Amino acid sequence: MNTFLSRLNTIFAFTLSVMAALTFCCFLTTAFNSHKSKIDIGTSKVTVKNVPDYSADRERSDLGFVVFDMSADLTPLFNWNVKQLFLYLTAEYKTADNVLNQVVLWDKIIVRGENAILNLKNANTKYYFWDYGNGLKGNENVTMSLSWNVVPNAGTLPKVMGDGRHRIQFPTEYSAGRF
Amino acid sequence: MSGMLSFEFLDDVRRMNKRQLYYQVLNFGMIVSSALMIWKGLMVMTGSESPIVVVLSGSMEPAFHRGDLLFLTNYRQEPIRVGEIVVFKVEGRDIPIVHRVLKVHEKDDGSVKFLTKGDNNSVDDRGLYAPGQLWLDKKDVVGRARGFVPYVGIVTILMNDYPKFKYAILVCLGIFVLVHRE
Repeated sequence: MNTFLSRLNTIFAFTLSVMAALTFCCFLTTAFNSHKSKIDIGTSKVTVKNVPDYSADRERSDLGFVVFDMSADLTPLFNWNVKQLFLYLTAEYKTADNVLNQVVLWDKIIVRGENAILNLKNANTKYYFWDYGNGLKGNENVTMSLSWNVVPNAGTLPKVMGDGRHRIQFPTEYSAGRF
Repeated sequence: MSGMLSFEFLDDVRRMNKRQLYYQVLNFGMIVSSALMIWKGLMVMTGSESPIVVVLSGSMEPAFHRGDLLFLTNYRQEPIRVGEIVVFKVEGRDIPIVHRVLKVHEKDDGSVKFLTKGDNNSVDDRGLYAPGQLWLDKKDVVGRARGFVPYVGIVTILMNDYPKFKYAILVCLGIFVLVHRE
């Protein structure tokens, strides 16, 4: 009955159940957090060009250029069940072809322990702002917002939009030249 | 009888009478079919053809490492939005990919085109899609990541990397279930 192996098996099974229960409790302690925070976004330069999109279908598409400022303090979002924050700056707008367009312009991973204070000045976008078609020129209602995906040690993966958005208007003329 | 630490399990089987043998086989069948029922039940509840997946690559590090477990849902009414982690299938690849949505273009009839990228990759996924494919759409999606548990899938990773280990485990479990008596 009480062989070495059966005792080992019992200890192993018990350890696993205790760990599972503790992990679940850890998840419960942070399950109802709102993960909200205030963000300031601004833009200093907005232009649009019309060039062939060689990364996609090679059609002439609108390519937006946005130089932006952003400041936020995300330190309060971290607790013992937050492994990392995935921040992403989204431009959301409507065109004649598509009722909803969302393009991520910039993103950043903040792992727990890293500096979670953002202070960007005259930053360029990390990804190209390609529209799917020609819907950026003269578009007066492009909303920029910062959201984050909270990645826990164990638990749900909430997606939260920061308080504070910024509306940009694209010029009605394509800009010539390289930039 | 039980708990004998020896290789005389064949004796054990020989000593069982017919009823006990049937009982063991039925028991084995019960285990297999209840596992299947739970899996299929989860499929119905989550709307996803594969409600639980194990992360097989490091392309989402540091969020997900190899061997982490993800719970997926795939409800029709939930729209696909930027920043979400989707699991999708690409034609010509057997293994689904877990990556984050980077761009979404949705038409008024609800049809949607989106582009994905792994957090740990420097370029988007167009190189991973089928040749000539530029966008994913709803039918490519297996599920959206909703919950996360670390390390739990590591056994799957070991079984994938070392097939002999997989067969050894399966054989051991099978023998144990058939032979074990209370």
